[in-house]
Amino acid sequence: MSELLRCSDLSKSFGSVTVADSINFSVSDGEAVGIIGPNGAGKTSLFNLITGTLQPDSGKIHFQQADITRHSSAARCRSGIARSFQIPQPFAAMSVYENVLVAATHGARLPALKAQHQSIEALRKTGLLERANDTAGSLTLLERKRLELTRALASGPALLLLDEIAGGLTDKECQSLIETIQKIRSENVTIVWIEHIVHALLAVVDRLIVLDFGKVIADGEPNAVMASKEVQENYLGLAADA
Amino acid sequence: MVWVNAIIQGILIGGLYALFAAGLSLIFGIMRLVNIAHGDLIVVAAFIGLVVTSMLDLHPLASLIVVIPIMALLGYALQYCLLNQTMGNDILPPLLVTFGLSVILQNGLLEAFSADPQKLNAGVLETASLSMGSLNIGVLPLLMFIVALAVIAGLQWIFYYTALGRAFRATSDNAEIAQLMGLNKKHIFSMAMALSLAVVAIAGIFLGTRTSFDPAAGPARLIFGFEAVIIGGLGNLWGTLIGGIILGVAQGIGAQINPGWQQLAGHIAFLLVLAVRPTGLFPRVSH
Repeated sequence: MSELLRCSDLSKSFGSVTVADSINFSVSDGEAVGIIGPNGAGKTSLFNLITGTLQPDSGKIHFQQADITRHSSAARCRSGIARSFQIPQPFAAMSVYENVLVAATHGARLPALKAQHQSIEALRKTGLLERANDTAGSLTLLERKRLELTRALASGPALLLLDEIAGGLTDKECQSLIETIQKIRSENVTIVWIEHIVHALLAVVDRLIVLDFGKVIADGEPNAVMASKEVQENYLGLAADA
Repeated sequence: MVWVNAIIQGILIGGLYALFAAGLSLIFGIMRLVNIAHGDLIVVAAFIGLVVTSMLDLHPLASLIVVIPIMALLGYALQYCLLNQTMGNDILPPLLVTFGLSVILQNGLLEAFSADPQKLNAGVLETASLSMGSLNIGVLPLLMFIVALAVIAGLQWIFYYTALGRAFRATSDNAEIAQLMGLNKKHIFSMAMALSLAVVAIAGIFLGTRTSFDPAAGPARLIFGFEAVIIGGLGNLWGTLIGGIILGVAQGIGAQINPGWQQLAGHIAFLLVLAVRPTGLFPRVSH
């Protein structure tokens, strides 16, 4: 498997708050990686750095072997990085279909007809097709989360970044979302997924990274990582001698 | 009959005001940019029309083939190189820059063309009229009105049925997210200004064929444009057309009462609408 994404010595602080402290990790083509960590550990900031919403103070980001550290958000999206937001941010006044079409037209840079096909395909995959003509502002939370996912998919990503997409959903909704993500995974889209709901994460990912205070404190096979002493102490909050 | 005539002439001139206003409404809607230089850009377009018609010996309407692309390019460059640097959460910096631009344009035109009033010569079109019973309708005002309808229908179509229009709406809704969908905000804003100034080109040529113009004629056009936009309701292009018509009709009626009251009547109509419906007659409903 070739390397898709590499973060090298990535650091970012806001004043005295460090959100990324020389982060090093790489993601291979076709991998599904979960990221967990306490609130404020720098998970979302890491996504902001990868998508270009934030500029790192130091360090480099490589995507498909190219250095993208100084590329704009739009350029990164076009080269194949898509993300969904923890708090869904649809273009509220536009229809669901139009929301998706914008991503397919400008993110995937497809000609009109292909963009329409890709949008409909993405809507079908995420189960939003019957809501296609409704305005995005009228969607429920689950549907909004699905729209985030659909928009990201329609931009034809090689790398899909999911930010707490299962948060705030009922168990049943969560389960149906997991199935959708597994389907996407099976189509060879590389996924990096931030999530607090660990069981949802473990149903999909084959590797787990743990962040704390902007540092990678564990990285490896999910069960081994969850069982490791560092994670037990720092994330799960268990006493070291318990 | 004189009243019917005044109202019809007012409606037709409303088309021209809607052309003044459409570009203004467009860029305010997409990027919350208040373009104080809009009126001066209309006059710039008229002067470019003057140069093109005299150099190439073209009819003013034929000169649009040249003037529209020039103005669109100018708009793209203006937004990309200058105004984009000032765009942010605060609407004041770009407003002040366009205010400065207005001063520069007026003085630049004064330097280049002197203060003499100029006129685009449209030949027989200027005096041609259709006779309907006891009413005479000028062909030029009628043409202006039809073009205004076509321009607004065209802008609506672009806005709601094309990829560019979706890009405009997405960027205007949430520019940060639009960037993450692969949209280059600077390019989209520049396209919006290009489109706005393409409409300005049409407005400028019609202004020049209808009346004489001089380098200081811009601000009054800006006021008419603003009034039409606000009467119609912000962000609603058909509303802008209605706003232009209301302004035109009010001016027509005012002029009929007393020739000196033409402009005053327009402003009074504007103030009345503002007092009764501060958001305009047809504000865009979020649907």
